[in-house]
Amino acid sequence: MKTNEELTELARRIRVHAVKMANRAGSCHVGSSFSMAEILSVLYGRIMNVRPEDPEADDRDRFVLSKGHACGALYSVLAECGFFPMEWLESFFQNGGRLPGHATAKGIPGIEVSTGSLGHGLPIATGMALAARRDKDPYRVYCVLSDGECDEGSNWEAAMFAPHHQLDNLIAIIDYNKIQSLGHVDDVLPLEPFTDKWVAFGWHVVEVDGHSIDELTSALQAIPQITGKPTCVIAHTVKGKGVDFMEDQLLWHYRTPRGEEYTAALAQLGEVA
Amino acid sequence: MRTTFIDTLTEMAAADPRVTLVTGDLGFGVVQKFAERFPNQFVNAGVAEQNMTGLATGMALSGRIVFTYSIANFPTLRPLEQIRNDAAYHNANVVVVAVGGGMSYGAFGMTHHATEDIAILRSLPNMKVVAPGDPAETSAATKKVGSGIGPTYLRLGRAGEPMVHTGPIDWQLGKALTTRDGNDATIIATGAMLATAASAADQLTETHGLKVRVLSMHTIKPLDSDAVVKAAEETGTIVTLEEHSILGGLGGAVAEVLCEACVPGVKFQRIGLPSEYITEVGNQDYLREFHGLDVETVAAKLAALLQQQPSTKRLAA
Repeated sequence: MKTNEELTELARRIRVHAVKMANRAGSCHVGSSFSMAEILSVLYGRIMNVRPEDPEADDRDRFVLSKGHACGALYSVLAECGFFPMEWLESFFQNGGRLPGHATAKGIPGIEVSTGSLGHGLPIATGMALAARRDKDPYRVYCVLSDGECDEGSNWEAAMFAPHHQLDNLIAIIDYNKIQSLGHVDDVLPLEPFTDKWVAFGWHVVEVDGHSIDELTSALQAIPQITGKPTCVIAHTVKGKGVDFMEDQLLWHYRTPRGEEYTAALAQLGEVA
Repeated sequence: MRTTFIDTLTEMAAADPRVTLVTGDLGFGVVQKFAERFPNQFVNAGVAEQNMTGLATGMALSGRIVFTYSIANFPTLRPLEQIRNDAAYHNANVVVVAVGGGMSYGAFGMTHHATEDIAILRSLPNMKVVAPGDPAETSAATKKVGSGIGPTYLRLGRAGEPMVHTGPIDWQLGKALTTRDGNDATIIATGAMLATAASAADQLTETHGLKVRVLSMHTIKPLDSDAVVKAAEETGTIVTLEEHSILGGLGGAVAEVLCEACVPGVKFQRIGLPSEYITEVGNQDYLREFHGLDVETVAAKLAALLQQQPSTKRLAA
């Protein structure tokens, strides 16, 4: 069992990789990766039953990153955990590289599902959870969604389906960083009352500080908290968390960290460029 | 065809616990027995085709062979991106079943006409496209596509399609079946138009003394290009017949093969629906006749094509 300090360090390293990858690649979505660094750190470091030496084990927990654009963080945590060599991160976004700018399962150990178009992950995760239930398999299915993608109707189709089938092996985690593609969620298409929506659909909902290792742990380590109900963890997060000039800034959904910004970002993350 | 399909699926489900049926809340009177007999292999996803297709993929990635089931365009065009990104990209064992290909739901109106589906589904990598010609083909096709061959589109008629094959058939994915032999011309039909093709060929024998070859092109992708080229070489004249737009479906697929094969002097015509939404009201037979997909019109078009001299006439796409 990793200590809180180790999980904090893993989250830091996820951010360092993500910013380096974006810099090398001239790509974006750094803010989206930063906001879920602790979520991935806790899932991979403490919660999920996954083994890098046997990434396709029948009993493994399944992880679906529905917000596939934040794959920089996912690739990073997988490399950190040993699913594939760290050098692969250098091929992110590169011509002839292995890692495209949205999560792909093609040839990448540890990635179950390719994503990138929003609103696909939760239905697939629901199917996996249903199959596990029907086949009496013990694994759980964890799906991380963005807040913006909750605009997609397909999520709400799945949200209606999962409680009806009592899929308490399904856990949706919303990275609620409050900013979507063109602005603040509250301005674009408000989700509130967000908790009430999931409750009304039949989910057990837990709200946590998505950057608190302790709060994430307590929400995720005793699943299901209510037998017969899928769990929705609404993780309140900050876009760009970890670098002060990126925090809560729409710009860092898109901007590539370069030059002084890159150096400053790494410095704040405790790294030298 | 749907009765044959569900009967076949029932046999398969009894033999293989992976075989699973997910319906988008359709199939009244068709799926209930399956649901009662195999509760662990049946899901009603509700009127929610995006989730239906995504969850089918999730189940397939967890080891099942999953049939999604609905009518007309509901299981195809509504969740097209789920078919593309989820089922097809992951090469998952998801069979998308549409009952009511073409204008089976005639008088229900254009929302219920599946007339562009073949062209659209055919363009997706990994996707096989199968439209059986009669109940015997439906049974054989269902068994094949349910054996775990990756993503497949199974386009069925609705009910009451006649048996065209009179004896046992050796149905193989991607291999056309010859239901009438002949060397004067060829009709290549797909799906439930097979019966019309066979009758048109019979009529041309009676009226013109022609021996017309009839191919059931039940698999549009992968297309049996050898059978197409052989028909071109041996009969010199080909018409394609489909209850689908003439754009991009069977006719388009055959045209691609013919053009690249460079068989000299081949006459070719696509018979299908114009690229227009159907506004006429009527049942399937009425609409087929209205749009020239009845036996008499098909026979007349083929007879005229045989008489036609090469011309510079061009049809707009």
